[in-house]
Parts: sequence; structure tokens; C-alpha cells
Amino acid sequence: MAIVKRKFDVVIVGAGGAGMRAALQLSEAGFNVAVLSKVFPTRSHTVAAQGGIAASLGNVTEDNWHWHMYDTVKGSDYLGDQDAIEFMCRQASEVVYELEHFGMPFDRLENGKIYQRPFGGQSQNFGGAQATRSCAAADRTGHALLHTLYQRNVHANTQFFVEWMGLDLIRNEQGDVTGVTALEMETGNVVALQARAVLLATGGGGRVFQASTNAFINTGDGLGMAARSGVPLEDMEFWQFHPTGVYGAGVLISEAVRGEGGYLLNKDGERFMERYAPNAKDLASRDVVSRALTMEIKEGRGCGNNADHLLLKLNHLDADVINKRLPGIREIAIKFAQVDPIDEPIPVIPTAHYMMGGIPTNLYGQVVAPYKTGPEEVVQGLYAVGECACLSVHGANRLGTNSLLDIIVFGRAAGKQIIEDLKKNPHHKKLNEAAIDRSLTRLDRLDNQKDGENVAQVGEALRKTMQEHCGVFRFPDLLKEGVVKINEISERVEHTEIKDKSKVFNTARVEALELNNLVEVALATMVSAEARNESRGAHAREDFPKRDDDKWLKHTLYFSEGRRLDYKPVRLKPLTVESFPPKARTY
Amino acid sequence: MRFSIYRFDPDKDEKPYMQDYDIQLDPADKMLLDVLIRIKTVDDSLSLRRSCREGVCGSDGMNINGRNGLACITPVAGLKEPVELRPLPGLPVIRDLIVDMTQFFKQYRSVTPYLVNNDPPPETERLQSPEERAELDGAYECVLCACCTTACPSFWWNPDKFVGPAGLLQAYRFLADSRDQATAERLDDLEDPYRLFRCHSIMNCVDTCPKGLNPTKAINKIKGMMVKRTV
Repeated sequence: MAIVKRKFDVVIVGAGGAGMRAALQLSEAGFNVAVLSKVFPTRSHTVAAQGGIAASLGNVTEDNWHWHMYDTVKGSDYLGDQDAIEFMCRQASEVVYELEHFGMPFDRLENGKIYQRPFGGQSQNFGGAQATRSCAAADRTGHALLHTLYQRNVHANTQFFVEWMGLDLIRNEQGDVTGVTALEMETGNVVALQARAVLLATGGGGRVFQASTNAFINTGDGLGMAARSGVPLEDMEFWQFHPTGVYGAGVLISEAVRGEGGYLLNKDGERFMERYAPNAKDLASRDVVSRALTMEIKEGRGCGNNADHLLLKLNHLDADVINKRLPGIREIAIKFAQVDPIDEPIPVIPTAHYMMGGIPTNLYGQVVAPYKTGPEEVVQGLYAVGECACLSVHGANRLGTNSLLDIIVFGRAAGKQIIEDLKKNPHHKKLNEAAIDRSLTRLDRLDNQKDGENVAQVGEALRKTMQEHCGVFRFPDLLKEGVVKINEISERVEHTEIKDKSKVFNTARVEALELNNLVEVALATMVSAEARNESRGAHAREDFPKRDDDKWLKHTLYFSEGRRLDYKPVRLKPLTVESFPPKARTY
Repeated sequence: MRFSIYRFDPDKDEKPYMQDYDIQLDPADKMLLDVLIRIKTVDDSLSLRRSCREGVCGSDGMNINGRNGLACITPVAGLKEPVELRPLPGLPVIRDLIVDMTQFFKQYRSVTPYLVNNDPPPETERLQSPEERAELDGAYECVLCACCTTACPSFWWNPDKFVGPAGLLQAYRFLADSRDQATAERLDDLEDPYRLFRCHSIMNCVDTCPKGLNPTKAINKIKGMMVKRTV
């Protein structure tokens, strides 16, 4: 079947912080860039980031990138690749200043410099006193950042394809990526976009869990596209559960609350984090704090009638601090928890928040996969940045405010790398018709399905299974059973039916296509988690409570075809400094 | 609880109609969006935009019982029955609750919505005092949901000529920024019988903004800046 084809130098799928930072680099260099986004760019999930962006500016306490690097390596529970982490931390100050020059409305200190606040896992002098490293615009840093990047892209005349959904990668016989298929939501048209470079910047897939801080759009689309085209997914067992989602609503309450002096309480009014992390207390790493909350609930010290949540207290803070530094949090607490945090603590519970794993890349955003020469072999024409990518700078656990840094540093780096690679590849490669047909077949199947199952129902089964079988603590029996269940659900996904057959803005069709992506994310997560017989970072196994560096200091690679696993070494060698060897991790 | 929802699918409907849904509320249905998503599980043809479900992305602006708002931060409890839901007024409807926002964003883009500073950037940040930064509060937080602009009669009459409250709030955000150097050009651009001066301080925008912002105040400040430069 013939479909419309269009040609660009670069196609970027996703217009969050990562996609738009890369787009800016490319548009300003004069390339013909198409940025596809399921939502208007400023509605991308970067907008929901609250607390800040990490950079060792040293505006409040003495700081340097090497300390930041140490904290990130330790936070990653030594699974992070140290070359990528050094790269990120070294560039942090430069990219933050650049954002400021773009017009980003950071809060300010009395001396006119960018305001910084303490966050979890940040230390001075390699594990010493608390550092103050998160550059913030109140508790709306993501909003300020995303709008600023959109504004710069308006200035650069970037071409946005708003409300277009990427469907599949188009790869040729050599495995090179030569374009993508995409759905224009308003018309229902499917178009093949040919490009010399395709950058996936589609964000996370947190909607695989029932209780999630993530937006509805976070359905792992780039991961589904990659997995279906034969690209592996890396470290998918590592999911961050944020310690403080609003109880019952899932909406995020920023770690900035604890950075500004808030703390957690159990039903006895005890500041329990002192027991779990005597030094860092409430500002320990997120994996540590989330496990602590879960233990408190499990041991009967939860709050409320069902003893199923904890309290986040900030009413001892000055009302001015709350209104000035945490106005969005106050708004969320009033709306979603019906408490005004100036007067009362906020009921919270660990909630799925961030995907450390993703599409494997090197530090230039080039996607890498084992093919002939080893696991770091570049997939020609394909790039990935942001939450959908796995460099890995976050390893087994991400530090707060390193995610905004990640998207800016590597969005920019990928943009620069694409410019270099385009010089070497002046011509478009032919589009493989068979690859295009795969998207069309998938849509035909969906449109013609009779007596199939409701998409929402299958989606609910998937989310419930992930929530029950792959949470903060993981149990061998539940994981084994989870693998079976998710495999069954993946069969059901092949037979979903939509009643809505309209061509015009068919959101039922979009949700069905999203489920194709969610199920890849869920499969990768469950299979990878079941296999990793150790506890590291956010992956906490009841039966293997310790980290096992002899056997497991390695990255997981999950291949959708055959649902098989492979592993690759962690890049322990930084670019210029000495490696940080794994050691016991305490806070 | 009864919800009466505007429906129109140009693929099959000759004209729009209101469809009633009777929904037994459950305890998890706190916000209007929760209910709409539940309706969608039984009638997948109901079309609306939504994303963050916490009032920061600006996707789910709609007209709720005659007043524009974001479904995700509108509590269901307290809504008068039947709850009447329509697309944002004054913009063409694509389908159901989804409107074509082209004109809205065209006006946004028309105000040079980015910082203009032609000095070579310093090695570190440009300095800005906390007081100067405070001028941006209430101006930079807009989520571009269009609730204000589509509640404004001046925009209804002249959507192609009047910038509208959201666009003007954005214009003010850069006029108010101590780092911006294009004040004169920005004011010149707005000094026009329509672009700025179609605002008659009806204040529907202030009344409707789901984020509690005050575009009228910003518009008056822009007018003030114009007066100041002529004297």
C-alpha cells in the first residue's frame, strides 16, 4: 500500500527537554529538522519536573564536578557508566549557564546568582557534608526549562509536527535506520518520514505501573519502536519509586520539600529516616528512602485508618518559604490531598517515577547494540536521549535533579554528534517498504479486529500485574508468576479492539498503539528483574538482599525477539579521572 | 451523576449534539478528568486531550458548566448537575472536546516569546536581583491552556488581530525581565488599536485562569509602560 513520504535531514520523535535541546542545536545549524510530538511541546512531561537541575555552580556551598560525579556514581550503586557520568557532571555548569542565557527564569540569591537548594545524595568532598547543588525555579523548574526551550525553538524556527505519534523505525537490510512511520492524529493519516538521522526522545514509560507520578503520555513509545525493530533495551529492571507521591493520587511531591527542610514521620510521630540513614536522613538516595517508607508500612507504623501511608511534614517551615520556594507543592497538596502544608503534613507513599533503563547509547547519543563487533557497536542513523535512553548515567538509581541535567547535556551532545555524522552521510538511504508495511499491518489489524478485548481492560491488567509483581521490594515467586502473566497479557494486546473507527483525532487508536509500547516496556522490566539475582539500587530482591559485584556488576540487555537476555560490562573507566571502585553504599 | 457532553465527529456527524452519560461515582473519582477517563473506558469514541493530570501541562482545558477550566484540577464534588461539558469557546472544534488551537498559538508566537539580549553572554549567569526576578512571578507560570483567551469576548470578535490575554501575559513576561533588551520594540509591536488595546478589562481571563494568574494586571502594566515612555 502506498503512503505519503516526506524527507528531512533529521527526524526527532519527542519534544520534551531532550528532544527540544537537540532540535535547537540542529535548527540553529541550519538543518531541516522535523520534531514530532504527541502533544504540544510545552505539554511534554519535562513540564512536571519540580525541584531543580543539578550543577556544581557552588553558588551556596563550595562544590565541583568531581564531587558531583562521585555522588552520581555512588547513587547509581556503581552500575552507572563512569565515562558518561564524568561527561555529564563536567558539562553541568556550562549547560545551566546556557539555559540562563536563553532566558530561563531561575530563582535568585541575594547576590543575583542562580538559587540552589540541597537535594538527596548530594555531598561535598566525596561523601562529606550535604552539598547544595540543585538550581531551581521555585518548584517549577521543569516548566521554566521546557517553556524556555520551546521559546528558543520558536526563535530558531524549528519545525514541529504537533500531535503526531511515531509508530515504527524503518531499518534497511544492513540494519541502518533510514526513517520512521508516524500517525498524524488530527487526520488519521500515516506518513513515512525519511531522514538521515532519527533521534528518539520519547521520555519514560512510567504508565506501566498502576500508581505512577507519570503523565498519561509516558507510554515508552521510543522503547517500543526500538524493541520491535530489534534494538535491545538496557537495565529495564531498574525503576525509581519516588518516596513522596501523594497518597491515593500518585501526583509527585518534590524532594525539594525535604531539601528545604521538610521531613518524614510515621504514625508514632517518629522521624524514622534517622534509623535508616543516620547521616543523610531524609536526604538519602531515593531508593533508600522508598524502601524505608515501605518497611515502616510493612511493620505496622504507617499512618491513617489503614496504616498504609506516611506523613511529609513541612508545617514547621516558614509560610514565606513555602509560598516562595514551594508554591506548586502547596497547590498540589491542597488540590489532591486536601491539606494545606502550611498547617498540616502531606500523606505520601512511594510511587513509580522514573525509568533508569532504556535504549542503550554511548555518550554522544548514538544507539549501540551488539551486532558484529561487540555491545558498543553503533546502529547507523539512530540516536536516543533523555529518559528513553540508557547511557547509563543513572545506573541502578537516579539522583534527584540529575534527570533535567541528563536531558540537556545529552540533548545537546546528540545534536552535535548528529551534525558531525550528517557530514559523513550526505545522502538519504532508501526506505525499506517491508518495514513501512509492518506499521500499516498493525493499524489494519486494529481497525479490522472483531470480538477483541477492550484496550483499557488489557491496559489495566498490565498495570495491575506490574504493580503487584514488580514493586519496591521484589519476591522470587511473584517475579516468576509476573513473567508468565505479562507474557499472557502480551498475547491479549495482539487482539485488542477499538469501537471508534473515525479517522479524525482518534484517541482510542492512539491508546491502543500506546499499549503496544507499554507491553514491550513491561516485558523487558519483568524478564530483566526476574533474572537479576542481587539487590542493587532500586532493584531490591527479598531473596538476594545484597549487591553482588562478582556476578552482577553488568548491564542487562533485553531483546524483544525471543524475549531473551544478554549482558554487557559497565564502563568503569572515566574519561580523565580515576575510577570510583564499588564499595559499600551507606547514607 | 449526569454528564452532558458535547459530541461532534466530522467523520460521521452532520452537526454537533449533546450526549448524556449517567455515572455512578466511585471514591477514586476525585477530579472531573478521572470521570472522563472512566467514561472513555466504556465509550472509547469520547475524545479529549489530557496528559499530566495535575494541572501543569495545560492539555485538558474545556468549558465546564459554562466556565473554562482544567478537568484534571476541577473537583467533581460540587459541580452542578447535569455537568455540562463543551469545548473551549471561540476556537474551531476538531472533534468532541478537542479544539483547533492554531490561532491561539499564532498569537503567542507573535509577541516575540523569547528573551532578547544582544550582549555577548558572560562566562557565568547574568545577574538578576531577587526583586527583579520577583517581577516575573505571576507571568512565567502560564501553562498555555487557553482557558483565559477563549473566555475573552475581545478575542472572540478579533482572534486574528487581538493577541489575547495569554499572549499578552507572555509579552509582559519578557517586558518585565531585567535581562531583556527589546522593550522598545516589544512596546512598538503592541501599540496598535487591536493587538493590545482591544482589551477592555472585562476580566474574564482573571476569573477563569486555573492557575490563579492575572493577565489583566499584566496588560495594565504594559499599558502603563506605554504611557510612561510617551511622557
